[in-house]
Amino acid sequence: MSTSSGTNAGTSTDKVQKAETKLDKPLGQRNKATGGGKAKRVKQRLTSRWATFAAIVIAVVWTIPTFGLLVSSIRTPEEIRTTGWWNIFVSPSFTLENYAEVLTVSGASSANLGQYFVNSLVIAIPAALFPIALATMAAYAFAWIKFKGSGALFVLVFALQIVPLQMALVPLLQIFSGVLGISGTFPAVWIAHTIFGLPLCIFLLHNFISEIPGEVVEAARVDGANHTQIFFRVIIPLSLPALASIGIFQFLWVWNDLLVALVFSGGTADVAPLTQRLAELVGNFGRNTERLPAAAFISLIIPLIVFFSLQRYFVRGLLAGSTKG
Amino acid sequence: MADFLSDFAEKFGLMFLGLAAFAVVVGVLLFLADRAPKRGRDVLQLLIFLLPAGILLTVGLIYPAVNTTVLSFFNRNSQEFVGFDNFVWMFTQPSIQITLINTLIWVALVPTLSTIFGLAYAVFIDKSKGEKVLKSLVFMPMAISFVGAGIIWRFMYEYRAEGFSEQIGVLNQIIVWVGGEPQQFLQNSPWNTFFLIIVMVWIQTGFAMVLLSAAIKGVPVEIIEASRLDGANPWQTFWNVTVPGIRSTLVVVVTTISIATLKVFDIVRAMTGGNFDTSVVANEMYTQAFNRGEFGQGSALAVVLFVMVLPIVVYNVRIMRKQKEIR
Repeated sequence: MSTSSGTNAGTSTDKVQKAETKLDKPLGQRNKATGGGKAKRVKQRLTSRWATFAAIVIAVVWTIPTFGLLVSSIRTPEEIRTTGWWNIFVSPSFTLENYAEVLTVSGASSANLGQYFVNSLVIAIPAALFPIALATMAAYAFAWIKFKGSGALFVLVFALQIVPLQMALVPLLQIFSGVLGISGTFPAVWIAHTIFGLPLCIFLLHNFISEIPGEVVEAARVDGANHTQIFFRVIIPLSLPALASIGIFQFLWVWNDLLVALVFSGGTADVAPLTQRLAELVGNFGRNTERLPAAAFISLIIPLIVFFSLQRYFVRGLLAGSTKG
Repeated sequence: MADFLSDFAEKFGLMFLGLAAFAVVVGVLLFLADRAPKRGRDVLQLLIFLLPAGILLTVGLIYPAVNTTVLSFFNRNSQEFVGFDNFVWMFTQPSIQITLINTLIWVALVPTLSTIFGLAYAVFIDKSKGEKVLKSLVFMPMAISFVGAGIIWRFMYEYRAEGFSEQIGVLNQIIVWVGGEPQQFLQNSPWNTFFLIIVMVWIQTGFAMVLLSAAIKGVPVEIIEASRLDGANPWQTFWNVTVPGIRSTLVVVVTTISIATLKVFDIVRAMTGGNFDTSVVANEMYTQAFNRGEFGQGSALAVVLFVMVLPIVVYNVRIMRKQKEIR
């Protein structure tokens, strides 16, 4: 990195910003920071036509599937069933019929996606906020409260990340239906997602929070602040960027989930999310072919908006626990 | 429309109620921590910070993991102890053997291919014009749900019998254009497993690419320059300078994708439902436990899944320990 002050004085926010500039700065600026013309010379020698060609091929191949679905979704049901989406270039046509159909027409045999869309939102917002809040508290305890067995306990939490959800489903379902009696309700889905999200959130947040410089925390302690006060006045403000990025990550994860929803939502139109309804529609593919592209795109809208508008934070969340060391 | 609005209002009301209840609980806990008596304050505060997460993890992951392990030694309705019968069943039943082999194929191919494509792409577009846009294109599938991806690819693989109608799937159309016969990509075993794997690779490549790209930018330009001056060609430079420079990120990428692959469930569920010999352990576990009510066999499959993931956990914990020592 360009800054070489010699100490690791950067706060976590500082680090994040650095990581971000590393990602986002255009070529010219970056070169200036890393050693001017040298980088340019190296670059020229490394660039080859074949590499550029291969990159374009990968980009096109990776984009075609989604693009094809988007095109399909705006063709008439008749056209979707009988011809390939590329025919739109020969005989252009455009309709929003499919979207209107899957969103607004209600009844036993229709998609009813409007209702499921609301369910997805109602599931995903709390299921993103709960684990973040609890994980921040736990991460703070692991990072800044000294106690016996702290290291071992943290390793245990890290390892829990990898207990397959499949192992937890049956017993947890029994607790929900037998002990708590909340099976098939929103709170059941919230709690399940919170539990499954916690290990990763704790792990990622711990990485940020433990890198807040000791002097800052120490100064607050000397001023007479206790843990709660330090938590609210120092830790949370300094780790806001991390909280945002990991929150976005968790939101997308919950929005896209199918397994937890299948098991804990009870599968009714009252609670089940979009993904579950989509999976059902796919189940009788032949009958729903013409509805699927629009239905799939409705489920993609929120993630894609989140992705394209907050991409920078999303990437930051990914990098949080991984490019270290 | 009125129905929809009242439904909407009711559900969002419930959501805000849930959020408020949560805020009150956490608020009260933190208030108690703040006002704790001087004696034993540190212990109490520690407990309060760790307790909510601790309880949830114990009840939601540790206890279930232990319980599932126990259930795997019982019969279908968890009444009778049957020893290793469920495991014997798994390894002797041909359809389950295929499931196990499929899982191994998945975990061998997906991390390798995603990492190779992601790394190649990251290197090719490094410092090029429009790098951001090019990155977005390949990274975008990460934001799409597995179910959504399943639908997208079902249309890619869609098959229409020859002569009856036009192809509506791109792949079959291409095959027809070059004079071949259209294929039922998702039904012809064993190749259908590979066509499902392509979907997972399509999703995970972006993840690998973003992390590796960030790591590549962290390799000092001076070292690359020096190796070029020493007469190394681009390939040698890449292999001897760049790859060692990004080794730790490579490990993270491969392990993360491996774990995600072992747990893959949605893609198989949405594309073939596990039929035509495409099932994997994670999907089979769901089918056994929840569709057939075979809780013993389902639990045994979950245990096998855990055992498959275990070496990866151990490896990661060791690396984490090492990094801690360095710090």
